Amino acid sequence: MELFSLGIRSIFIDNMIFAYFLGMCSFLAVSKKVSTAIGLGAAVIFVLTVTVPVNWLLNEYVLKEGALSWAMADLASVDLSFLRFIMFIAIIAAMVQLVEMVVEKFAPALYGALGIFLPLIAVNCAILGGSLFMAQRDYTLAEASVYGFGSGTGFCLAIVALAAIREKLKYSNVPNGLKGLGITMLLTGLMGIAFMSFMGIDL
Amino acid sequence: MSAETLEKAIEKKPAEALLSKRRKKLVTDPLVDENPITIQVLGICSALAVTTQMKPTLVMAISVIFVVAMSNFVISIMRNTIPSRVRIIVQLAVVATLVTLVSEVLKAFAYDMYKELSVFVGLIITNCIVMGRLEAFALGNKPYDSVLDGLGSALGYSWIILTVAFFRELWGSGSVFGIPVFDTISGIFGPDFKLATNGLMVSPVGAFIILGLIIWVQRTKTGYVEH
Repeated sequence: MELFSLGIRSIFIDNMIFAYFLGMCSFLAVSKKVSTAIGLGAAVIFVLTVTVPVNWLLNEYVLKEGALSWAMADLASVDLSFLRFIMFIAIIAAMVQLVEMVVEKFAPALYGALGIFLPLIAVNCAILGGSLFMAQRDYTLAEASVYGFGSGTGFCLAIVALAAIREKLKYSNVPNGLKGLGITMLLTGLMGIAFMSFMGIDL
Repeated sequence: MSAETLEKAIEKKPAEALLSKRRKKLVTDPLVDENPITIQVLGICSALAVTTQMKPTLVMAISVIFVVAMSNFVISIMRNTIPSRVRIIVQLAVVATLVTLVSEVLKAFAYDMYKELSVFVGLIITNCIVMGRLEAFALGNKPYDSVLDGLGSALGYSWIILTVAFFRELWGSGSVFGIPVFDTISGIFGPDFKLATNGLMVSPVGAFIILGLIIWVQRTKTGYVEH
């Protein structure tokens, strides 16, 4: 039950886009068509679900203060948390590469659909942000997995919804200066107000 | 001395002035006409979350200026030795090292600020401006030019987020840099006069709307239209 409410919270209340502005670059750049938005959203869910638990293991058994005590008693006082950024980003880049190779080998159809988005994801703030939040909030392994999946789903939901609105927006008459990025920012703001209604829910 | 180096020595042009016209353009172009946020749509990711107050925004801006300029410099020095297949991971390693440096300095000398910025210092790594400048400029240009280009882009980013932060703090908390403005104004006009703050500005929604409006004003002035 705890895990379920964490999942719901990470999808709606702590939404990656509307509460933390993470992954805004791809959110704005790849939201012109619903089909591509679904592709990117699925890839983000996938990569977040994989990288957050893997980074949890790395953080728990290598980087945290005293994490290395399982290897040697002498190492109990070692604190490698300053290596967190570089290790997390290395793991993410490696996992993205691995996921890309596995998908290409075993699910060529999915690879065709996700193809160009997978390599882009390595530098998506939402992915690194997920791992950093996980480390900051001291989640357990189960919580980290649920959090990874939930925040990915939240991102997917947001980008698909925005793409759907932008497809309709093509037919409206927007002032020149607002065309493109400007109106999209205002739209995101309005969507954020809608998502704020979830904030009152206490899970 | 091989023939090649000799040839180079002969062909050497007179040194370019330290701040020639072309170099000045490198710094000034990204400020308005090629602004990374309002025109190129880069680096919005980690920027907006810190803009509720001016102080953390200033620290963030300084950190980004340092990281962009330094990483441009380092990658530009190494540009001829990096194999293009692994360049992304090399760039990420350089940027992550610089960001770790910033984070450790903040932790040591400004711990409150470090707590306030929390994960967003780390997220400079995935700031699209950093990677964008490395890919588009530093990989093909000399170190000094790359530093100038990095400075320009980072400054263009900084003034936008500082403007966003100014309005968000003024309307959301009624202060600028922590100095109460609304209370002072109310004090002048007597106890019955009160300026209300707007809670929407403190929430993320305020940032989206303010940035949207800034983009509108800026693009109308420069005449840039996106299709």
